[in-house]
Amino acid sequence: MTVLQLIALVAVMVGGTAVVLVPEPLRQAMVLGIFGFALTFLFFVFQAPDVALSEIVVSGVGIPVIVLAALRKIRQQEHEHEREEQEDGQ
Amino acid sequence: MAFFPFFVAAWLFVVGLWGVVSSRNLVRTVISLVVVQASSYVLLLGIGYRGGAKAPIVADIPTTSRLVDPVVQVLVLTDIVIEATVAALLLALVVQAHKRFGSVNPDDLRPLRD
Amino acid sequence: MSRPVRLGMFAVAGAGMIVVLLLGFTGLPSFGHAHELYGALVNRTEDKLRHATDIVTALNFDIRAFDTLGEEFILFASVTGVSLLLRQLRGEKEEDQEQEGIEEHAFAGASDGLKLVSLILIPVLVAEGAYLVFHGQLTPGGGFQGGVVLAAGPIAILLAGRYLAMKAVAPKVLLESSDAIGAACYALIGLAGLIFVGTYMKNMMPLGSPGHLLSAGMMPLNSTAVGLEVAGAFLLTWTEFLDQTMIGEPSG
Repeated sequence: MTVLQLIALVAVMVGGTAVVLVPEPLRQAMVLGIFGFALTFLFFVFQAPDVALSEIVVSGVGIPVIVLAALRKIRQQEHEHEREEQEDGQ
Repeated sequence: MAFFPFFVAAWLFVVGLWGVVSSRNLVRTVISLVVVQASSYVLLLGIGYRGGAKAPIVADIPTTSRLVDPVVQVLVLTDIVIEATVAALLLALVVQAHKRFGSVNPDDLRPLRD
Repeated sequence: MSRPVRLGMFAVAGAGMIVVLLLGFTGLPSFGHAHELYGALVNRTEDKLRHATDIVTALNFDIRAFDTLGEEFILFASVTGVSLLLRQLRGEKEEDQEQEGIEEHAFAGASDGLKLVSLILIPVLVAEGAYLVFHGQLTPGGGFQGGVVLAAGPIAILLAGRYLAMKAVAPKVLLESSDAIGAACYALIGLAGLIFVGTYMKNMMPLGSPGHLLSAGMMPLNSTAVGLEVAGAFLLTWTEFLDQTMIGEPSG
């Protein structure tokens, strides 16, 4: 096992733990992008360029866009619920 | 040291599962599921690796040189794209659940009690 | 069950699972000594049988093309599910919303530098996506990778803050038809193998010479069909999610 592979494995391990430990979903989406980048480096060093190509776009653009859009929609729905409760209370 | 990739895969699996079990927000559950899936990729690629071998592209190297196993790469490649779409489906369910129940805390989603 | 009970059970189960996993993994051949036979056989003989220089794409779209058919229909089904769930949500609000005012307020702060970088990125991404899709059988690439890069092109328009321009470039009708046509073409190409040669998904087109663009029989066709489908599927998912947030109350 080469030095690069060792570094990549340690980076993936630390990145995965960081993704789970971050408290807010908004920041988790950003750390997920960095974790995906570490995974891409790992796949590249394991001699799998096709897999690395697939992973870098999906985890850099694909999943964060969806997570951020879902978080924004949830916040909009919360505002609506508060407004409806205010109108019901009056 | 020869089993370090498999240890990383097991660690990612358990850490991701802990994230799924202990999250108070359903969006965090979906993101932790992505980490669990990443553990399966690391495991599969770790199994297929041959020491000192090259990537399975024979455009400029002779066909008889040592190459890594291509079959596991095929499995991981399509799985990555599908994982993103399944995460999108789960997040659409989370948005619908929030609209219906007013909360994204999994402990609050108890329709049978009402 | 309540949260402390759940966490306690997971602590016990998680510790047990990590022990069992490690015991099991030490029974595998150690890292770097893979014992695969099928992979070695494919590595040695694929170049003469299929004239494709990228073995992973050859496995994906020719030797194990049937598995890819199943995988792409999983993709199709999830995107249908997302559309179903989110359109029902949106249909309740669309009657009383105006779309004109969205471009000015929805994206506060798309600076000129961001717009310039996005303008440069759009043709680069589209060209790179098309290159990856068509050259899948020669170099690292193929339908799945190229399709996702192709889908990232219009997202760069969103990055510049012009969401309605992105919807003009990639309207829903175009995305849905691209998704459906890609999925259908992949299944129908296999049917051509059944009609002409007698085996579903058999590579019956002329194989060409390795290293040229039109080589490896039906692999470029399969790759293009999957690239269209993946690009349409991803853009449709993103558009469904973003429609929820952009066409609605301005929340600041």
